[in-house]
Parts: sequence; structure tokens; C-alpha cells
Amino acid sequence: MTSLKTMLGAASSLALMATMAQADPALMYDLGGKFDKSFNEAAHNGAERWKAETGGNYRDIEVTAEAQRVQFARRLAEAGADPIVVLGFANAPTLEEVAPEFPETSFVLIDMVVDLPNVRSVVFSEHEGSYLVGMLAAMASETGTISFVGGMEIPLITNFACGYAQGAKAVNPDINVIVNYTGSTPAAWNDPVRGGEIAQAQFSQGSDIVFAAAGGTGLGVLQAAADAGLKSIGVDSNQNYLHPGSVLTSMLKLVDQAVFDAFSDGPGLETGIVVMDLAAGGVGYALDEHNADLISDQMQEAVEAAKAAIIAGEITVHDYRTDSTCPAF
Amino acid sequence: MSKPGKLPHWADVTLVPLASVALAFVISAILIWAIGENPWAAVKLMVDGAFGSSYGWGYTLYYATNFIFTGLAVSVAFQARLFNIGGEGQAAMAGLGVALVCLYIPWPHWSLALVGATLGAAVFGAAWAFIPAYLQAKRGSHIVITTIMFNFIAASVLGYFLVNVLRPQGSMDPATARFPSETVLPKLHEILRPLGIPFSTVPPVNISLFLAIGMCFAVWFMLWRTRLGYQIRAFGESEPAAEYAGISPVKITIYAMLISGGLAGMMAVNSVMGEQQRLVLNAVEGAGFIGIAVALMGRNHPFGVFLAAILFGFLYQGGAELALWTGIPRELIVVIQALVILFTGALDNMVRMPLTRLFAMRRAR
Repeated sequence: MTSLKTMLGAASSLALMATMAQADPALMYDLGGKFDKSFNEAAHNGAERWKAETGGNYRDIEVTAEAQRVQFARRLAEAGADPIVVLGFANAPTLEEVAPEFPETSFVLIDMVVDLPNVRSVVFSEHEGSYLVGMLAAMASETGTISFVGGMEIPLITNFACGYAQGAKAVNPDINVIVNYTGSTPAAWNDPVRGGEIAQAQFSQGSDIVFAAAGGTGLGVLQAAADAGLKSIGVDSNQNYLHPGSVLTSMLKLVDQAVFDAFSDGPGLETGIVVMDLAAGGVGYALDEHNADLISDQMQEAVEAAKAAIIAGEITVHDYRTDSTCPAF
Repeated sequence: MSKPGKLPHWADVTLVPLASVALAFVISAILIWAIGENPWAAVKLMVDGAFGSSYGWGYTLYYATNFIFTGLAVSVAFQARLFNIGGEGQAAMAGLGVALVCLYIPWPHWSLALVGATLGAAVFGAAWAFIPAYLQAKRGSHIVITTIMFNFIAASVLGYFLVNVLRPQGSMDPATARFPSETVLPKLHEILRPLGIPFSTVPPVNISLFLAIGMCFAVWFMLWRTRLGYQIRAFGESEPAAEYAGISPVKITIYAMLISGGLAGMMAVNSVMGEQQRLVLNAVEGAGFIGIAVALMGRNHPFGVFLAAILFGFLYQGGAELALWTGIPRELIVVIQALVILFTGALDNMVRMPLTRLFAMRRAR
């Protein structure tokens, strides 16, 4: 069976070899597409940065159907791509199936753990980064009410909300945190209009700072906050520049760094679990010239103190994903 | 004497769709050329990728299986002039049915599991179609509006079940656990091997392909050889005439929609049980909507639906190959698919009128 598979695979990829040099790295985006201004795009940026710095070539592919996950991962491996970076927790079963078939190829999975000898699993501690921006939100809020707009109500996103609420309550135990999600279909990740509507509804409930963790939908949330003269918090990439003076900060999740590292390490990269937490600089909050006036020295000191305490293990931020409960809700 | 403005039947079912598809491909080729790629190479890559190997065939047929089910669903409802836009939601709920059947019933063998899952899928899909059908029949709430809204409700219900009920503890992915190994459906290569036909082991095409083909025959038989089918078609042609002949509009609306929902639901057997082996949030991924195009193109006839489903399977698999190995962006592949739908569905008359005139001229001579 395996030999037949290899044969057929070899036959079908013969024609493609010409277009692709051996051992170019490859990147496989999750549903939602390459230019989602968020998770996938961050990975794309990391790959582009690698290309610019090393002059190397890489191949990337967007998954548009569930059945394509395994199909594309296998085709990339057959064509000799190495390492293959695969985005998104939904691809864990993909690699469980494909990675054992190509023991010589290195795979990198972002956002989920797969325990195989040729897979590097990169997971981010989103709750820690969200905790810090939650603190900033609570300190900047004048109304005592802040809010959160998530994409879909899935554990990954609820973990953002949970960390945010924990950080906010650490500053002000009486703060009111409104949590809403955009929708229940993949369209929820790319619906800025709906994002803006939800943000406005939250503003009418008294919220004056909104944190969006909703992919492209977040752009509408940030816009609504800017239009209303209120404040917002961006996500994944540094989005401070989008509306200077209105975006309080951004919760950084450095997917681009994870992709850049994987591409730089090249074939035969070190596998195992890589935890991108505060200590590793994988998550954090963004401070630049666009929000320097919004974050006072006092706020920054408090957040830096909390950051140091989390890294030192003095503060433990609860990870929603471990037991599906959140102490701050 | 045949009326002017009427095409011979054979031209209506072959020439018109073929000309429409050809036009769509010409425009697509111009677009590909305009973005600086070679259209001939692109078409060759698509055809090779979809039909050039048993690997390509496998994926093409896998997608086609989904589209056969949803296409049949739309055409059955359309025979009664009911526009079922809810295939997406019906198939999503049917996925839930399949998952429950596979996870909670200890099946001894895949063949029994297939029967059970097919029933589960059909019942869940039909049940989801029942509510809009009832509202249409009894209250006159327009079925287009209700079925489309039920798609969103289905997505939310599914999301709730996957995140809060069926998700294994500690898993981050909103999906059920993997189904037990007894419920794994045989893939096409396992079916063809005893016949001495080698087939790629990779693609997810499985025994539900034959279920789909069987359903084509069943739908044909039901529509043209049974009393119910006659009533559905009569009701579709003229509601007052059907009512005058003693056909109950309430009954026919509900029956047609139940069958339609059940058929749409059966695609979950292929995707959820045959491919993913677990229920994920996005299990239907648009096949419910593609079914509308498939039915339009297939002239609401099961055989036409079968051919149109293969065409769309080709567009999906060929498009995937195009995205993998060329610089043609994914969006352009969607554009090509949209052009096919546009020409076969909406701009039907653009092809039909000149053809009709041509035939009229020939006849006059």
C-alpha cells in the first residue's frame, strides 16, 4: 500500500518538481485566507521577511476546503518542501496523518500540539498577553466597563477573553467586562461590518474600551471605536498604526516570528513543543509612537511589574483551555 | 408544427449547458491571460489534476459525491417549485446526526454503520427542512427566506454542540472525537481492488459515491414513476390545477421538502463519515449552495445533476491544483466557478435565444 502510494505520489508530483527547488520551505494557511489582516497574514509576513532577509524562495497555499488540508500537506511534502509550516489548530489531525508518511520531512504546527518525532508544535500563551492588555484597559477605562469582541466562540478565542478579564479584574475587581462573539460560521472572521455593530452595542452599554480578537472582523471594531472617539485594542500583529490615538495597544501574538524561526532553522529543525509565552517573547503588548500618549508611565510600570511577575511565576494566569472554565467570568 | 422559440429536447439538455460552460471558460481564459498567466497551461493543469490520474479522479469524485446529494436535494424541491436554499443547514444538522449515530451506537461492522448513519443523516436533514416546509405550507412564510435563515440557526446549533457538548475535554478544536474504527467506510480503492483495478489510496472518495448514484436512480424513479412524483411535478407546474385535481398543497410542500432535506443531509455520510471521520464546525463548506448551481445546470434532472456534479468536482479539484502549482490566486478560481454558475444559471437565455433562432432558421429552410 505504501509503495503504491509513493509511486502514485511520485508520478503526480513529477511535473511539479521543475517549478520547485528541493527543500524550499512551504507555508499552508488555515481557512480564512492569506490576507486576513490577522493570524494568516502574520504568518505570511514572517515568510516574506525571511524571503527578504535570506533571498530564499518559499511556496504557500491557502486551504479552502476541509478535504484539502491533508491533500495539500501531502502534496507539498511529495514535492520536496521542507520544512512545512502548517497554521491552525484544525490541522492537528492533518499532521497526525501526513507527518508519519514523510519521516524525513520536518513539519511545524502552529497553535496546537502534535506529538510526533518530525513535528515542531508551536503554542502561544494568549492568556498572558491578553492579561496585560486587560490591565491596560482597566486602567484606561473611565466608565468601569470594558468589552471584548471575539470571532467565534471556540476555546482558543475564549482564552483571549478569559485572560483579558483576569487582567482587568486584577486592576479593578469591580470592573464590568462585556464579552460578545461575532458569529458561528467561518464568515465571522471576516465581517468588519458586524464587528462594528457589536462594538457600538457594547459602547451603548457603557464600554469605553474594546478588545477585538476576531481576525478581519476586528478592523470594523477598531474603526467603530475610532468613530465613537473611544479606545480599542488590536490583536495578533501591531495594529496601533491603524487609528493612532484610538488604538490603546495591541495584544501581540508573534506568529510571524514562529514562521520566520521555522524557515530559518530549515530542514531537520529541532522538533518538540515550543511555548511562545511572555518569557519567550511570543506574546506581549505593543508600545510605539502611535500610542505613546495613551499609555502613561504609571500604567506602563504596573504592566511591566505584572509581566515580570508572570515570567517569574508569581502571578499565574489561568489558561481557559485546560479546563474550559474561567475564574474571571 | 413545433412552436417557434422552442428547442429540440436533445439540444435543450446538451447544447445549451455545453455552450454555457464553453463561454464561461473562454472568459476565464481571457482573465487568466490578463493577469499574465498562460491560459492553455492553466486549463491543462486543471484537467490533468482532476482527471489525469486516479489520484485526481479520486478527489474529483469525492467532491462530486457531495454535489450530487445537494444537487438532487435542490432539484426535488424545485420540481414542486420550492426553492430550497437551506441545503447548507440541512447538511450541517445531518452531520450532527451522523456524528451521534457513529459515536453513541456501538456498530459491529461498517455496513450496518453506513445504514444507520444514512438514516441518521436523512432524518436530521429532513427534520431541519420540515420546519420551513411547515411554515410555507401552513403560514405562507416564503421558503427562500426561512431556509436561508435556518442555515444560520443550524450553524449556531452545531457550534453550540461542538464547543459545549461533543468536544472531548481538553481539546481545543471545536470538533467531536474521532469515530470508532468500525465506522470507517471503505474507500474506492478498496472496492476496486478485488476487481483488479488499481486506484490511488490517497483520495477520500468512498462507498458513498455509490449511495449517491443510487439516489440519482431513486430520485428519477420517484419523480417519474410514482404517484408522489407525479403529484410533486403537477403541483410544481400549476398549483391551482393540482389542487383542483385533489392534490393537497400542504402535503406536497412538506413531502417535497422532507425528501429534499433528507437528500441534502446524506452528503454528511460522504464528508463527515467518509472523509473527516469526525464532525468539524465547517463540515459542509458551501456544498449546500453549490447544489443550487448543480441543479440549475443539470436542468433538475437526476442525470443532469450527476454530470453537473462531476463538472463542479472538476472545478474544485482542478482549482486546487491550480492554486498549488501556479501563481494564479485563489480568488480567480472562485471567479471561474462563479462564471460557470453565472452562464449556466443566470444568463441561460443569452445562449438559448441565438440557438433557438439558429434551429428555427434551419427548420424554415
